[in-house]
Amino acid sequence: MDHQLLIAILLLSPLVGFVLNGTRFRSQNYVLAGAIATGAVVVSFICSVMLMLQLIDADPEHRRLTATFFEWIAVGGLKINAGFVVDQISSIMILIITGVGSLIHLFSIGYMHHDKGVTKYFAYLNLFIFNMLILVLGDSLVTMFVGWEGVGLCSYLLIGFWFSDSAKAAAGMKAFITNRIGDAAFIIGMFILFFTFGTLNMYELNALAPTVVEASWLGAATLGTLMLFIGATGKSAQVPLYVWLPDAMAGPTPVSALIHAATMVTAGVYMIVRLNPMFVAAPNTMMVIAIVGAVTAVMAATIGLTQFDIKKVLAYSTVSQLGYMFLAVGVGAFGAGMMHLMTHAFFKALMFLGSGSVIHAMDGEQDIQLMGGLKKKLPITHATFVMGWLAIIGFPLFSGFFSKDEILWQAYSSPRGSVFLWMAGALGATLTAFYMTRLMALTFWGGSRVPKSVHPHESPAIMTIPLIVLAILSVVGGFVGVPHVISEYLGHIPNFWEHWLEPVIRRLPEGVSEHSATEEWGLMATSVTLALVSAFTAYRIYTNGKKTNEQIAKAFGPVYNVVNNKYFVDEAYFGGIINPLVKQSQNLWMYIDVNFIDKTTHVIADMTKGVGSLARSFQTGNMQQYAMYIGLGVVTVLTFVLMR
Amino acid sequence: MPETNFITTIGLEHYLVLSAVLFSMGMAGVLLRRNLIVLLMSVELMLNAVNISFVAFSKYNNNIEGQIMVFFVMTIAAAEAAVGLALAVSIFKRFKEVNIRFFEHLKG
Repeated sequence: MDHQLLIAILLLSPLVGFVLNGTRFRSQNYVLAGAIATGAVVVSFICSVMLMLQLIDADPEHRRLTATFFEWIAVGGLKINAGFVVDQISSIMILIITGVGSLIHLFSIGYMHHDKGVTKYFAYLNLFIFNMLILVLGDSLVTMFVGWEGVGLCSYLLIGFWFSDSAKAAAGMKAFITNRIGDAAFIIGMFILFFTFGTLNMYELNALAPTVVEASWLGAATLGTLMLFIGATGKSAQVPLYVWLPDAMAGPTPVSALIHAATMVTAGVYMIVRLNPMFVAAPNTMMVIAIVGAVTAVMAATIGLTQFDIKKVLAYSTVSQLGYMFLAVGVGAFGAGMMHLMTHAFFKALMFLGSGSVIHAMDGEQDIQLMGGLKKKLPITHATFVMGWLAIIGFPLFSGFFSKDEILWQAYSSPRGSVFLWMAGALGATLTAFYMTRLMALTFWGGSRVPKSVHPHESPAIMTIPLIVLAILSVVGGFVGVPHVISEYLGHIPNFWEHWLEPVIRRLPEGVSEHSATEEWGLMATSVTLALVSAFTAYRIYTNGKKTNEQIAKAFGPVYNVVNNKYFVDEAYFGGIINPLVKQSQNLWMYIDVNFIDKTTHVIADMTKGVGSLARSFQTGNMQQYAMYIGLGVVTVLTFVLMR
Repeated sequence: MPETNFITTIGLEHYLVLSAVLFSMGMAGVLLRRNLIVLLMSVELMLNAVNISFVAFSKYNNNIEGQIMVFFVMTIAAAEAAVGLALAVSIFKRFKEVNIRFFEHLKG
């Protein structure tokens, strides 16, 4: 089929689903709503697969399917088309979005069937998929920004989906407002790039990028990309704008899986990979990205150590894993970043859906202190969760192992990497192994702490099938990009991933540093050993249950307290930014608005009223008085006329 | 010629003075009396005072226009009396009196 038609169907199918469900949003027929929404995304998935096949058939240097539907904006030198491109990078993204998206839609039918707003929920979910596709397929930064804002809106709507709970509604607003800060920077970044390069089309920008060589902090490419990166820290929950993502867990769990783990939060990474030639031209920006990524990876992982809400642990884990992706793109390992994006989408969506299955089984309970021993009650959920767990801690040959170790290796070996970045990454991996094992131990293993009133039961097939599919992907997903040193021992599996992305990834101008295979093996062994030791320690500590938690809390004392309170970042934001801002606004309101602006208008109104009441006193309604005025008027006029 | 003398001695001024006196009396009636019927009569008086000055000027200036104007005034006066009396009747129907102060109820 013609690729333009395919792209049109790909984009419009979720939109049609949104309209169909959105116009009958009060309906509680979850089968129909779910069927429409899931069908719409499956159609998109089929289109994505067909596009991918066309792309594979094409000549490697010309793998680019474009569809320009109309000219959207034409003002002076600025020309923006409603143009969409499927190339090596966006094809991967649309497969993840529609593939993982279909599974999560399917899961949602089971998870949300008892909810009164189920049709509205599916409408929002379809709208999200539509906006996400716009985001990844748009050929210019402006088109991308439309999707960027659209997914932000859907994220807000779905976090606050149960808006009658004011804490959940507030979480939605927090997400939206935090994102706005990043979005403002994103827009400024677009201004800078347009001002300098005269175009916002990403392919034209990338083509112009090699002409720029920039070492200073104040160059256009550096400032522009830095601003775009600040936008990415908002959308992708990086330090310092990550605070919204843990709160975003207030939304339904499949939403957390789709939006806040697999797709939307990776938009920042995708944007950087999309514009990689431009980012390569700005080494300072790259350095900032790598450092922010590494800091986020470690910091979020430490917070994850102390959380007891099953979804909060996964949320901090997501922030931490996103940090890895930024670390990767920051050292120029765009391919590794994209690969971790994909494997993370598989295993984190799996674990979020798994946690959804657990929460479903526990009648809405999310506190892992009240779980334990669920392995027997939820065998399928447990088995699939184990696959996700092995993938995220980087157990050899699972998908997370390939992507994470590629990132760690690049963080060390890339000319823009350093041993410190590797150490941060390895520390993050160790912590990840610890808190994920802790989560597993407290939820599934050890003795049961489930309250007597709750009777956990395995979820229906409609929820377990997506889990199984994602579990398989989490296991095998890494084999698309097996590093050379390992593939030698596995019968020379070619590194598909690297070949696929090669034409669209700009090589670092510094070239490649020389490192031996021994070094790579050594680092890999170190990080894997650290992770396994830490996982084993966590297993030993936490299978015993709750008592040891208190012992740990005591043993670490104030450190535990600080970490448990998330480093008081929220409090710092409130004390340092929000409260002073509110206070200043109140002052402005009291002194400028009430005392000046309001007062001025009131004085003017009072004057008008005074004049009016003066004039009114003549209008008594007494006819004879009027007659007298007429008479007096005549006399006055006559006096003037005659006496002149 | 005593007649001509007589006529010339009663000049324009006399008519105008008469007219002014009648007009003032009418005006005083309009401004001071409260009864609507009396008010209407006073208005008639004012109009007729004006008519006298019209006729006087007409005679004095030797043209006919002033007298034509008198017919107009009389027509208007008749129409005005009809409307005025209708108002008086409706006021009376409502308040059993024709006092001018009841018109204050028309004030918004």
